[in-house]
Amino acid sequence: MIDFDLLQLLLLPLLAGIGIALVAGPLGAFVVWRRMAYFGDTLAHSALLGVALGVIADWNLTVSMMLAGVFISLALWQLQNRSPLASDTLLGILSHSALALGLVCVSLLSAKRINLFGYLFGDLLTVGYADIAVIYLAGAACLAVLAYCWRPLVMAAIDEDLARVEGYSVEKLRLLLMVLMATVVAISMKLVGVLLITALLIIPAAAARRLTHSPEAMAIVASMVGVLSVIGGIFSSVLFDIPAGPAVVLTAAFVFMASLIKK
Amino acid sequence: MSLLSLQEVNLSFNQRTVLSAIDFSIGEAEICTIIGPNGAGKSTLVKIMIGLLQPDSGQVKRQADLRIGYVPQKLHLDRGMPLNVKRFLALTGASKQEVQATFQQFDIKHLATEQIHGLSGGELQRVLLARAVLRKPQLLVLDEPLQGVDVIGQAKLYRLIASLREQLNCAIIMVSHDLHLVMAQTDSVLCLNQHVCCHGEPESVSRHPEYLRLFGGAVAEDLAVYTHHHDHQHDLHGNILNADHSACSHD
Repeated sequence: MIDFDLLQLLLLPLLAGIGIALVAGPLGAFVVWRRMAYFGDTLAHSALLGVALGVIADWNLTVSMMLAGVFISLALWQLQNRSPLASDTLLGILSHSALALGLVCVSLLSAKRINLFGYLFGDLLTVGYADIAVIYLAGAACLAVLAYCWRPLVMAAIDEDLARVEGYSVEKLRLLLMVLMATVVAISMKLVGVLLITALLIIPAAAARRLTHSPEAMAIVASMVGVLSVIGGIFSSVLFDIPAGPAVVLTAAFVFMASLIKK
Repeated sequence: MSLLSLQEVNLSFNQRTVLSAIDFSIGEAEICTIIGPNGAGKSTLVKIMIGLLQPDSGQVKRQADLRIGYVPQKLHLDRGMPLNVKRFLALTGASKQEVQATFQQFDIKHLATEQIHGLSGGELQRVLLARAVLRKPQLLVLDEPLQGVDVIGQAKLYRLIASLREQLNCAIIMVSHDLHLVMAQTDSVLCLNQHVCCHGEPESVSRHPEYLRLFGGAVAEDLAVYTHHHDHQHDLHGNILNADHSACSHD
């Protein structure tokens, strides 16, 4: 017994979620390899600031989220070169400053113009055709860049010194990865929201780690785990009447736990 | 024409001098061993040579498009990345045949499908060396390739490294933790303790009956001693105590 109305209602959210999961898989693998989880959180926090500024300036919100992420990436890059403080301390400063500034900006806007709750926890069921187009265009561009720069990116993730001696421009690769992450975070806001975006990058990749024996396989399996989590999460959100974003993340967490069973 | 040369290179970290007034050069197919006590700046010097660190002052000249094969002390591979030996070598862009040939040469065929994380120290060193060689370097740079390898193993590895010069016609710079025992084929030895203490040629171990007695003839062919008496001494901070700076004397 299939409810076609329900399927139609879920089609766009499913398409959006699958598109995001496909690109979040390989990118998430790099986040795991390079220990950039905290950086992912920082990007998510800065994305909220991007939304607020985007509403004020009346810009496209996805673009303004991306710009905020790129700005934070550059700020971190500069601070890392100048400050004796450890990266996670710098990230803690940037991350929470961006979040605080974002919350202040949101509060200055009238409550009608911005649905804070939607941005914090995701608002998957309001996905429209334009969102799908943005997700698939940006996602395909990210995947193309990842595929084109795969070997240099993997080498830099293995050992930056070794990659540098072999002639790869390690600084540029690091910046490239940050920009790709900012893009994926921006297109993922609708799916899971600020608070859970990093989970979408990390959990599928972490689940894939125990199931694979090469970096390429890990990236592909991470995508598959992500797609599975999106499908499982969205259907269970309808079945149990729970929010979609957290349901997707929980499904991914279940897959991760299942991966632990393998010896 | 030298592949690489350093002139008056100085470097300090937080006002502590790490290297001072280093002059160095290496030509095609030359082998140079860098020795010195812990904290002498050996690894730092090597990193300056290959461009991983910039000196505070002085000049570093590398031949244009110099292909360097680098064997670091250790690999910073995160445990989150699954990676086996075969894939690691293939990431150089070398063909399957070349990778297979390297497996034979470095005696690592049995490790092909092993994960990098599971290798022992000695195995990892051989894999790193194989990977450096796959790039067909003009200059091979080895940072303490013999850590934790016994003397017999050292002799074998030295023979392998020396054969690479014949095979690739490459120059080799090697950092050694041993102050007196170096590779027989070494053309020159640079003794470093923040400055260049001395720079000279080694003598064959086989002429030293004591080493012969210790290690036997087979090993002695691959090792050499570097006998050196410094014209100055260092205090605990590495400062020179009695610097009248004539050259070191050699036996």
